Amino acid sequence: MLLIDCPFCGTRPETEFRCGGEAHIARPTDPSALDDGAWAEHLFVRSNPRGLHAERWIHAHGCGRWFNAVRDTYTDRFVETYKAGEQPSHPIDDARA
Amino acid sequence: MAQPHRLPQGGRVDRATPIRFSFDGRTIEGFAGDTVASALLANGVHLVGRSFKYHRPRGILTHGSDEPSALLQVDRGPGKIDPNNRATVVEARNGLTTSSQNRWPSLAFDVGAVNDLLSSVFVAGFYYKTFMWPRSFWDKVYEPVIRAAAGLGVAPQVADPDAYANRHAHCDVLIVGAGPAGLAAALAAAKSGKRVILADEQPEFGGSLLHDTTATIDGQSAEAWRIAAIEELDGYETVTLLPRTTAFGYYNHNHVALTERVTDHRETPAKGAPRERLWQVRAGEVVLATGSHERPLVFADNDRPGVMLAESVRVFINRYGVAPGRRIVFVTSGASAYAAAADAKAAGLEVVMVDLRPERDCGPEAADLRLKGVEVLTGQTVIETKGRKRVAGLVVAPCANGTVGDRRVIACDCVGMSGGWTPAVHLFSQSRGKLAYDEGRDAFLPGVSAQAERSVGAAAGLYDLATCLTSGYAAGAAAAGVAGGRAFAASQTPTGFTPVRDLPTDANPAKVRAFVDFQNDVTAKDLKLAMREGFESIEHVKRYTTTGMATDQGKTSNMNALGIVSKALGRPLPAIGTTTFRPPYTPVTFGALVGPARDALFDPIRTTPIHEWAAEHGAAFENVALWRRAWHFARPGEDMHAAVDRECRAVREGVGIFDASTLGKIEVVGPDAAEFMNRMYVNPWTKLGVGRCRYGLMLKEDGYILDDGVVARMAEDRFHVTTTTGGAPRVMNHMEDYLQTEWPDLDVFLTSTTEQWAVIAVQGPRARDVIAPLVSGIDLSNEAFPHMSVREGAICGAPCRLFRVSFTGDLGFEINVPADYGRAVWEAVFAAGEPYGITPYGTEAMHVLRAEKGYIIVGQETDGTVTPDDVGLAGMIAKAKKDFVGKRSLARPDVVAAGRKQLVGLATETAALVLDEGAQIVADPGEPIPMTMLGHVTSSYFSANCGRSIALALVADGRALMGRTLHVTTPAGFAAATVCDPVFFDSEGGRIHA
Amino acid sequence: MRRFSLASLLSEAVGGHQGWGRQWRAPEPKPSYDVVIVGGGGHGLATAYYLATVHGITNVAVVEKGWIGGGNTGRNTTIIRSNYLYDESAHLYEHALKLWEGLSQELNYNVMFSQRGVLMLAHNIHDIQSFKRHVYANRLNGIDNEWLSAEECKAFCPPLNISREARYPVLGGALQRRAGTARHDAVAWGYARGADARGVDILQNCEVTGVRRDAGGAAIGVETTRGFIGAKRVGVVAAGNTSRVMDMAGVRMPLESYPLQALVSEPVKPVFPCVVMSNAVHAYISQSDKGELVIGAGTDQYTSYSQQGGLHITNHTLDAICEIFPQFTRMRMLRSWGGIVDVTPDRSPIIGRTPVDNLFVNCGWGTGGFKATPGSGHVFAHTLATGEPHPINAPFTLDRFRTGRLIDEAAAAAVAH
Repeated sequence: MLLIDCPFCGTRPETEFRCGGEAHIARPTDPSALDDGAWAEHLFVRSNPRGLHAERWIHAHGCGRWFNAVRDTYTDRFVETYKAGEQPSHPIDDARA
Repeated sequence: MAQPHRLPQGGRVDRATPIRFSFDGRTIEGFAGDTVASALLANGVHLVGRSFKYHRPRGILTHGSDEPSALLQVDRGPGKIDPNNRATVVEARNGLTTSSQNRWPSLAFDVGAVNDLLSSVFVAGFYYKTFMWPRSFWDKVYEPVIRAAAGLGVAPQVADPDAYANRHAHCDVLIVGAGPAGLAAALAAAKSGKRVILADEQPEFGGSLLHDTTATIDGQSAEAWRIAAIEELDGYETVTLLPRTTAFGYYNHNHVALTERVTDHRETPAKGAPRERLWQVRAGEVVLATGSHERPLVFADNDRPGVMLAESVRVFINRYGVAPGRRIVFVTSGASAYAAAADAKAAGLEVVMVDLRPERDCGPEAADLRLKGVEVLTGQTVIETKGRKRVAGLVVAPCANGTVGDRRVIACDCVGMSGGWTPAVHLFSQSRGKLAYDEGRDAFLPGVSAQAERSVGAAAGLYDLATCLTSGYAAGAAAAGVAGGRAFAASQTPTGFTPVRDLPTDANPAKVRAFVDFQNDVTAKDLKLAMREGFESIEHVKRYTTTGMATDQGKTSNMNALGIVSKALGRPLPAIGTTTFRPPYTPVTFGALVGPARDALFDPIRTTPIHEWAAEHGAAFENVALWRRAWHFARPGEDMHAAVDRECRAVREGVGIFDASTLGKIEVVGPDAAEFMNRMYVNPWTKLGVGRCRYGLMLKEDGYILDDGVVARMAEDRFHVTTTTGGAPRVMNHMEDYLQTEWPDLDVFLTSTTEQWAVIAVQGPRARDVIAPLVSGIDLSNEAFPHMSVREGAICGAPCRLFRVSFTGDLGFEINVPADYGRAVWEAVFAAGEPYGITPYGTEAMHVLRAEKGYIIVGQETDGTVTPDDVGLAGMIAKAKKDFVGKRSLARPDVVAAGRKQLVGLATETAALVLDEGAQIVADPGEPIPMTMLGHVTSSYFSANCGRSIALALVADGRALMGRTLHVTTPAGFAAATVCDPVFFDSEGGRIHA
Repeated sequence: MRRFSLASLLSEAVGGHQGWGRQWRAPEPKPSYDVVIVGGGGHGLATAYYLATVHGITNVAVVEKGWIGGGNTGRNTTIIRSNYLYDESAHLYEHALKLWEGLSQELNYNVMFSQRGVLMLAHNIHDIQSFKRHVYANRLNGIDNEWLSAEECKAFCPPLNISREARYPVLGGALQRRAGTARHDAVAWGYARGADARGVDILQNCEVTGVRRDAGGAAIGVETTRGFIGAKRVGVVAAGNTSRVMDMAGVRMPLESYPLQALVSEPVKPVFPCVVMSNAVHAYISQSDKGELVIGAGTDQYTSYSQQGGLHITNHTLDAICEIFPQFTRMRMLRSWGGIVDVTPDRSPIIGRTPVDNLFVNCGWGTGGFKATPGSGHVFAHTLATGEPHPINAPFTLDRFRTGRLIDEAAAAAVAH
């Protein structure tokens, strides 16, 4: 069971949290302007890396707030957690970049 | 004579407290402090089981949790029977009934032993090569026979009367293993004042000190040091000592799981005490002082009862005061067995030492032992054992440079063998630490740590007592974050061994059966066969031969298997790889893992404030999500169908009352509440007037329906949102996600209010008459309070939000009152309704009534692949809105394509026939299989109000098929049904506005 | 290929089994092949086998970074069934099930396919509706599936607790009698042996580190730890690692890789006659030929390549099992492990072309890939051989996520009202 550092509450066990998948995939401001391919990319395509991964978590059984984390998906170690809307301090090797 | 093999003195057993238990019907006497294994040996019982495949006689190989052979069925009383207990760890006590396994009709005469004669056929992987013809024989003949032969003990048959507990704990330093290294670590860590937990799988702390009776530490006997250490630790309030507690799993982020055996060893456990307790410890730092396991030697018939590990012989003598034999031959390739031999000699037993190493490689121990009058043979190999159900002799021969000399038979009744030592790196490996092969110690040792963890003592390949203590102390201090180390003076430990793999022999290699995995009956020959067949990765060898996959998970066999594979392939051992260790270290009862999570504690049951009233009035309940909902109120003599018919008619003809409290409720509040609602729902909200309601439809971003419910605008900046019963958490999460992460600029707050409101639906033509006398502050007239409106006022003096809404199609109100008033208001309404024949109805009648009106239920008409247009609700979508969640997906090519399934009604040709929900619909019942399915029945009931069955269905292009006859599956074949409008009752819709 | 039979086994027994040769060779990689398959699991090996046997394409290599069958093939709970709802899935899994029924004979390798029946328990009215929908749809698709009352469930699976007082009482169940289990490792080995005998090179300890593309963007081979290997066509069958391999070719996938844990108990004498699955309490259980209870459930919630998950998942799985089978609390967990399952947005696989010419993919099997092994290999071999999908895998395109033609079995089963 992971130990997760909620930026608002501190370190708590994983069972208090829910994972929301990859972070920093902003909803397009005008989805109708996207073609089907771009919309599918937004909805479904994920980087799914082995290594550092920026992901969303919500402290569901705690403060109820969403935040972001960078975790290594091979070691399951968290590098950092930070508030929604912020950027990670560690560079993430992102194929989309 | 009782306990004929109990030594006259020595051991830690309590000779003043005799105990008795039974083994295969025979009474066994022992002493408190015995294990079942030591008591059996004290009574000369060596044959305790039969092996998995060949049913070979098996005895006691080890003295601990690595035991592969001595597995017993243990009966601790009614319902407390379980299989595969290791005799070496079960504490003997009065009242135990133990029996051997995997034999018939008896342990001594086992028919299954015929397999042993066929062993040349039953080699590794033989079953992959045969049992294929004729094809039908696999399921009917071969597999049942194989299954009956497999398995060891018998599974429990009845529910377990024992309870299990679960505890979460935090500490700064968790130390696993309370041998010398673990005790030293605990002493150092405890001094820091930090929270320390020390756990050991054995009933007593001390590890090897419990049987190393001649050792000294800091000038005192090891025993005296041990007692002092435990006393000191016991004196710290910050230290928790957990004997009988096995750390079995090392998970992410220093989450370590342990099981504590609380009552199995007690004849009369404290009332209410759990059988076992699962500890889930989150440790700042972990010190692994898990010790090491001795390796057997691999030679012909090394599995004969009476052949055991050398150190185990020593343990039985020193710790239990038991002579495992009177004439013991030790066979070793290393130094440690000399200590065992010396102790055996000192206990008055006849001893011969056979060292596989040439004389020049033997340490000073050989000379020392000779001085004690023990014959020591060096440069030997072992050819085989003699005897049948108990070893009677060991055949040895001098061996140099692969040349085997003349055989000599040494008569004996016990063999103590030692092929070296394997550090117990299981937990380290589970923590994802990297193992590194150390050639000098011929072992995989803890390398780079992956977590806040340190390995010490024998677990780190450090076998010398002083080194164990020093490494433990240093690690304990470092883990606690304090400076300091200290040196220990201790008696020297004989260490070092030469790895030997399988022993040279002059016998026909095809006939030699030298066991590597004792429980799974895997021989060195099997391993070589696997390699011949191309299974070279150790994982392949393991899976093909099953070596290391028995209940001991290879504790005694893994390194021997690796060594033999490495030698046979001529590749260095690390190139073969080591298997990754996975939890659990030793088997863990399901009960401990489940703990108290049974029945109502498995999943909570949610009930409404009106639940008790319903139960008192004869309701039958159904489970809906976590809720228990009143399903129907059958009266005595009524079946469910009669009850539902009555309830449905009552609503249409008079008035019914329904507990709708389980509906999800969310309060959406803030200046941007309307804008937020616009984005979350397909509907428009901006112009919805205060006091008005609207049916809201919510999509996932993929365009499919997520949920629905009536939404009321309580104020410009306040919406009272309702959801489906099961969907409430999902909708709340969905809303929070968008609000917090996509639109944090919107000034909106969301509050789940599901349990704050009790909701009483009063439905039917007389609904207004019933509630009117109770309501104050609200004009109930049709003009002042039309359908789809909400008002705040009071009912029976309680504050209420009164909705004029209907899920029945008749005049209806939903009374929302604070939950604590729920039952009182319900009872008042019920009493006020009695003159009108008010009828409580359940979810089944609710379903029928709404189906009569063609109202959908999300999750029944929809299944996560249905769009608003599919269920005829495209009209709900606000045309002017540029965007809402799911809108873009509704424009995808296959979502707008023709042929999608659409909601229609179905009227069976036989009016009384109620179709099965889930039945499939075809156009041509004569079509050969596979048939073209047009859709399926989503809802189907007998409608008393319509006087016939009614059904809703999703049918491909269904709206274009009105009036067509289609064919629907039934248990008896196809039934004809006509496609019709999904509204079966009051199609003009006037009643709702009455 | 030396035929396996009782006769060959007996004759070898006389000679101490010295005559058995390798079940597959350990060749050096050739410079190039007609087809290179990335991933030596059951699906990849089956693909190679059918390329050779059905399409006569034998100049094929299977490249595997570790040892064959070491991924999800060797880490699953071995359940095989075909009682899927939608036509597309039903046809795919039934195609596989039919191949399973003759697989031991086809491969001359006993994969111990045991048609012991899979019983899916209904615990509420929604389950009943959903399972009956499956039963009816399956039967019209020619797939056996039948509805059982609670008492009939108990008769079929005597250890079952059907007390109405249970937290989740058993209200009935859907039984597919032809469904069952198989010996997972043997499937990989049997396909490897059959493919190897027909000339396929199985290259273990050979990790793909890149996908080489020509100036036009088409795939022309793979870079590996054992050098470049050219290929006219490349088929990626890398399960949990598919995103990583496809990323090397510049293709981003609609996949996420999750840990999926399973466990076995200590072996006991026969006590459990079939496979039981329960969606409501969320667990499944069977007993292996060796006597172990084999138990699994859902994934952890976060993506991970660690082949390790949390204890709380194991605990909850056993909570569920002991809720239905309270007599098992005294059984012991012997071994647990984790796999990496690649999950698509609709939980159905992707089998077919990719935006890169000559690069094909077979992935996204999620938690249910083992059962499809023969069918998956068979249709993917067709796709690789012809460049076009087999009619059975034609709906399972990558493009469906763009067009919206999803095949969402889980959504169809999992919504409660």
